[in-house]
Amino acid sequence: MNKPWLINLVSLLALVAGLAAWIYLPWYGVLVLALLLAAWLLTTRTGRLSLAAARIGVASLPQRWGASSVIIVGIAGVVGVLVAMLAMGAGFAATLQQTGNDDTAIILRGGSQAETNSVITRDQVPLLSTLPGLRKDAQGRAIISPELSQVVNLPTASTGEDANAQFRGVSEAAWSIRPKVQMVQGRKFESGVRELVVGQGAMGQYRGLDLGKTVKLGNQDWTVVGVFASGDAHESELWTDIETLSSAYERRAYQSVTVALDGAAGFEQLTAALEADPRLKLDALTTRDYYTRQSTGLTTIIRILGIVIGSIMAIGAVFGALNTMYAAVAGRAREIATMRAIGFRGTPVVMAVMLETMLLALLGGLLGGLLAWLIFNGYSVATLSANFSQVVFQFKVSPELLWTGLKWALGIGLIGGLFPALRAARLPVTEALRAT
Amino acid sequence: MKYFFLIWTALFRSKTRTSLTLFSVVAAFLLFELLDSVRVAFNSGGNVTGADRMIVMSRLSITQMLPYRLLPQVQATPGVSRTEFAAWFGGIYQDPKNFFPNFSVSPGYFEMYPEYVIDPVQLEAWKANRTGAIVGQSLAERHGWKIGDTIPLEATIFPNSDGTNNWPLTLVGTFRLADEKRRGEERQLYFHWEYFDEANQYTNGLVGWYVVKLESANQASRVARAIDAISLNSNHETKTQTEQAFNQAFARQLGDIGLIVTAIMAAVFFTLLLLTGNTMTQAVRERIPELAVLKTLGFTNGTVLTLLLVESILLIVLGGMIGLGLAALVVPVIGAASNGMIALPGLQPETWLLGLGLMVAIGIVVGALPARRAMRLRIVDALAGR
Repeated sequence: MNKPWLINLVSLLALVAGLAAWIYLPWYGVLVLALLLAAWLLTTRTGRLSLAAARIGVASLPQRWGASSVIIVGIAGVVGVLVAMLAMGAGFAATLQQTGNDDTAIILRGGSQAETNSVITRDQVPLLSTLPGLRKDAQGRAIISPELSQVVNLPTASTGEDANAQFRGVSEAAWSIRPKVQMVQGRKFESGVRELVVGQGAMGQYRGLDLGKTVKLGNQDWTVVGVFASGDAHESELWTDIETLSSAYERRAYQSVTVALDGAAGFEQLTAALEADPRLKLDALTTRDYYTRQSTGLTTIIRILGIVIGSIMAIGAVFGALNTMYAAVAGRAREIATMRAIGFRGTPVVMAVMLETMLLALLGGLLGGLLAWLIFNGYSVATLSANFSQVVFQFKVSPELLWTGLKWALGIGLIGGLFPALRAARLPVTEALRAT
Repeated sequence: MKYFFLIWTALFRSKTRTSLTLFSVVAAFLLFELLDSVRVAFNSGGNVTGADRMIVMSRLSITQMLPYRLLPQVQATPGVSRTEFAAWFGGIYQDPKNFFPNFSVSPGYFEMYPEYVIDPVQLEAWKANRTGAIVGQSLAERHGWKIGDTIPLEATIFPNSDGTNNWPLTLVGTFRLADEKRRGEERQLYFHWEYFDEANQYTNGLVGWYVVKLESANQASRVARAIDAISLNSNHETKTQTEQAFNQAFARQLGDIGLIVTAIMAAVFFTLLLLTGNTMTQAVRERIPELAVLKTLGFTNGTVLTLLLVESILLIVLGGMIGLGLAALVVPVIGAASNGMIALPGLQPETWLLGLGLMVAIGIVVGALPARRAMRLRIVDALAGR
């Protein structure tokens, strides 16, 4: 007890190691820890004493709400911002990843990263439909959809500024390749006339896409005849017939071909056949792979940003918590000294301060998570995707993210409480008793 | 000023509390500065040098190209002093992860951008070399390119006429940007549009967009209407806007960075207010007898109020300045660690000013209540500890 700096140093090192382990601890690990703690508190003598000491501390909390709210609000801020940032990344990733699956593949020109960069000439399409590994329809024809996606300028609903929308020309097979795409209003477009259907996301994002309205794209008028829902990235798009779109914009070539795969082995057969055919310098990717790749870059950036911002805020909150708890210990010096004088040992005193801080941290974490969930869950935003066009997605505050937020909150509480707790245990009893 | 020592001593009366509060303030302002430089990096499209330049692009979309034959008509529009053009190439170097923007441009393109500083000898060499390329200094440094090196650019959109994606270019010059804020623009590569147009399989006589220099910046909207009228009702209608508007619209499509930054900072500063407010309240509560003594000695109510307000401002300014200083150290480190991918601009004088303003404002808000309490103290009660 006479080398406080040594004890502080050791606790600091233990803390760093503990925190690292804590962040990676799975939920059942936390459950085991919580049960062990509860068992210790309820069954052992020291545990029961700690609980009793903590109860005294908690009972005096209402007298220091002002100071204690610093911990709660500070931690709520950290958790709220962290959860909101992570929810943004998770929402974007989920939207793009749901767009793809393992049953369909997208074929692009070799070396292209995205549809925008790809070109598939018309003479390649009949060759493609003969390749093995493709699912066949009732008439025995391969289910393939040559597509063209054109970026068009549309005014956004919020500011009226032009933004890039994806205008996709699809063939009849596209509807059976993407069964998630369902019409919710109006009807499908007809080929040969300038008609289009819009995704629900696009309808909310851009001005003038309501059912029955005429949209001017370039110097051509298109009529909105239907609205579709799909719950994925396609919802941000406008769809029309491939031939109508190619003739309207004088695009002779296609950009991509999306195909339905025949069972689990289909993809391997398809890629092997593509490689073997020297006339087809094309790449095939499962759509899951394709859309996951498009989401990883931005998702990683958002996640790193969220963690960096969260960490800096967490450091600030730790100092806030330390400050409050030091003040609390100093304010209750006499009370703590009295407890020590009547026989409470070091451990119960340390545990009492820790439990109190953790309780406040838990409250802060819950408050922050709740705020993030109330304000941001389902909040719709848009960003530019790899195809140079806007993807509308929703923030997704999932239970896992709330759980991560709570873990951060408890971690902050742990550091913020430990040092004041150690000081409480080391208070010289006689001096503290004489304190005014 | 004569009271400075008194305030300083009062501030560090409780070392633990003050330093803990200071660290929180440091964290808050470090974050403020980092987020603000992200915001500046996104909004740097609007700057004074480009005020007289306009971009003419396809009305349909940025990915749609425009015919080269529009050039004389655009050039002939009254109010236009110079017209150049460029086209997006979208090539990659070795790996898609090495992404940097690359364009084919007209020979006079760099005269349009005086802020891109190029050695005149290198510029002449580029004009004389059909497959020559000019890259930004940071990009050349990042990949270790020297003048005379061949850069094997690989096309993702436009195959070369030999059917491959190989576009070997010769590095003949580099450019620098004097403005620290725009260093990110050094990650670009330029080569000849003429070479691009002749050697690619898909396009012939098409350019991506025109850049127009105005005789005077205040004619912008009139010239824009005149240029857009040239191609009205054709299948290549144009949309002309100032370079500033073009860049900002583009940045805004990535997401509302300003809103995100503001929301985070609001959360941070709200917490900070509460935290430092709590500190100041504690500080005043502890010192009530001392303050009473000061008043007994003849300090007026006003002086006591000022003393405490200055103390709280000092606390925040001290922490805030450390935070901003720390950010100034961290920002270049981030740039270096990300291999120049994240090119955050250095600290801007505006940011320092804004930061300082915020510090003083927060200091006043935080100090107001405790200081008022101290001002209203009745000496007798305070000395008696009532």
